[in-house]
Amino acid sequence: MSTPTPSLLVDDLAFAYPDGHQALYGVDLRLEPGERVALLGPNGAGKTTLVLHLNGILRGGRGRVEVAGLPVEDRNLPEVRRRVGIVFQDPDDQLFMPTVGEDVAFGPRNLGLPEAEVARRVADALAAVDMADAADRPPHHLSFGQRRRVAVATVLSMQPEVLVLDEPSSNLDPAGRRELAEVLQALPITLLMVTHDLPYALQLCPRSVVLDGGVVVADGTTRELLADPELLAAHRLELPFGFDPRAVS
Amino acid sequence: MGAGHGGGLAAAYVPGDSPVHRLEPHTKLVAVLTFALVVVATPVHAGWAPLAYAGFLLLLLTVAGVARVRPGRLLRGLVVEVPFVLFAVLLPFVSRGPRTDVLGLSLSESGLAAGGSILAKATLSVLAATLLAATTDARGLLRGLERLRLPTVLVQILSFMIRYTDVVGGELRRMQVARESRGFRGRHLGALKVLGPAAGSLFIRSYERGERVHLAMLSRGYTGRLPSGPVAVAGGRAWATALSLPLAAVAVLAGGSLLG
Ligand SMILES: Nc1ncnc2c1ncn2[C@@H]1O[C@H](COP(=O)(O)OP(=O)(O)OP(=O)(O)O)[C@@H](O)[C@H]1O
Ligand SMILES: [Mg+2]
Repeated sequence: MSTPTPSLLVDDLAFAYPDGHQALYGVDLRLEPGERVALLGPNGAGKTTLVLHLNGILRGGRGRVEVAGLPVEDRNLPEVRRRVGIVFQDPDDQLFMPTVGEDVAFGPRNLGLPEAEVARRVADALAAVDMADAADRPPHHLSFGQRRRVAVATVLSMQPEVLVLDEPSSNLDPAGRRELAEVLQALPITLLMVTHDLPYALQLCPRSVVLDGGVVVADGTTRELLADPELLAAHRLELPFGFDPRAVS
Repeated sequence: MGAGHGGGLAAAYVPGDSPVHRLEPHTKLVAVLTFALVVVATPVHAGWAPLAYAGFLLLLLTVAGVARVRPGRLLRGLVVEVPFVLFAVLLPFVSRGPRTDVLGLSLSESGLAAGGSILAKATLSVLAATLLAATTDARGLLRGLERLRLPTVLVQILSFMIRYTDVVGGELRRMQVARESRGFRGRHLGALKVLGPAAGSLFIRSYERGERVHLAMLSRGYTGRLPSGPVAVAGGRAWATALSLPLAAVAVLAGGSLLG
């Protein structure tokens, strides 16, 4: 159990929104360093709620979250937010600075890094998502797929321990979806990916966790989970027509 | 760099590489503001006032020439002035005091002077602002305001305004398309019943986006201050160049009051 420190540890996490709506009922989750895990589940399952706990945006319920051994609590928030990079679903929410370069620099500057280091990180992060030429462009001049990739760069520049993506493939065209997959596959980092796109989960994440009704209802290899029609049907998960997870190597 | 920001705002900037373009934005801001103050300080009823206005105009045209801003661009900048023009045109009709006849109309003399000088002062100030906008991109203006110690909150609000004009505009357009696709026509009074709630829902969408953007900012270590990049220091030369405009205007004013 206490072999290497997990990248992410969620222990018995329960949470109710201020309006009284209980979204999480005791979630346990453990991600080892370098692991790539898909978080599946129907609409309203509590996936985004869970994600917002990972860097302490939401807190105050029962249970505990640790990032690489560091508990998520008030005094650790700056460090926790450096260690956990969250890419939100709508890149227009994520890209708020006037230019791509400044947006990618936003995080490192908040960390108080010297300007030379900031510049290096911006260049590296943009190169990692194949958007190096876009540094001086305003975000709204980019295509949706490019904005999604820049959004990934904005958190990569903080050199996080864990990268969390909320529905990264939504609204992408097939080429944009594939390009993002190539980018994500090449990142040597712990990855938690919330998605409704089951083939994408299979392609990128060896392991999947199914959340439904605020609890983890399944946790195993993606291939096995997707090959279990009863499990999928019970949690409103559906493979695209004609897709056979066993046929994909 | 910032060319193309925020629809309408983008249209103001004329990319270029003139000495005026290269001046640090905050020095230009100060220059334009003091120029406008000097213009406003010109006494309305002095006999030499029209000469001073002509002098100011000449100064602005010189700057426009150096910055290679076309006259057409300057004229378009004057559009914002239209409400003032209407007000100024009314003054000679409604003011009291001695009257004079122009083309058979009986007009108030002091109204004429006041109206004329409102017009001249507004035109000169708007022209100066147009020059500023034409030679400084939106991003530069923000940086300038920040360097002039405008409260960071205000600078941030302006910056988000520039960033999200298009996003909110896009939302507005999509809502409009959705309405019209379902046969809606906004030409009669009854349309207000639909447009009111639509405005409300646009507000809510924008508000919620604001919340999501805030979350995204917090997630990247935002603590209430937008981190700024490296700042270039404006040397004495830059200030001297920028302030030559208001100083020349002061000279015009001083000349006028000495001679007049
Ligand atoms: N701000 C909020 N206030 C109250 N209830 C909320 C709030 N946000 C979400 N909820 C509720 O919490 C539950 C979980 O929502 P959450 O957004 O985490 O679902 P999700 O799994 O991300 O769904 P989706 O796949 O649609 O994104 C839902 O029932 C939702 O209605
Ligand atoms: Mg969600």
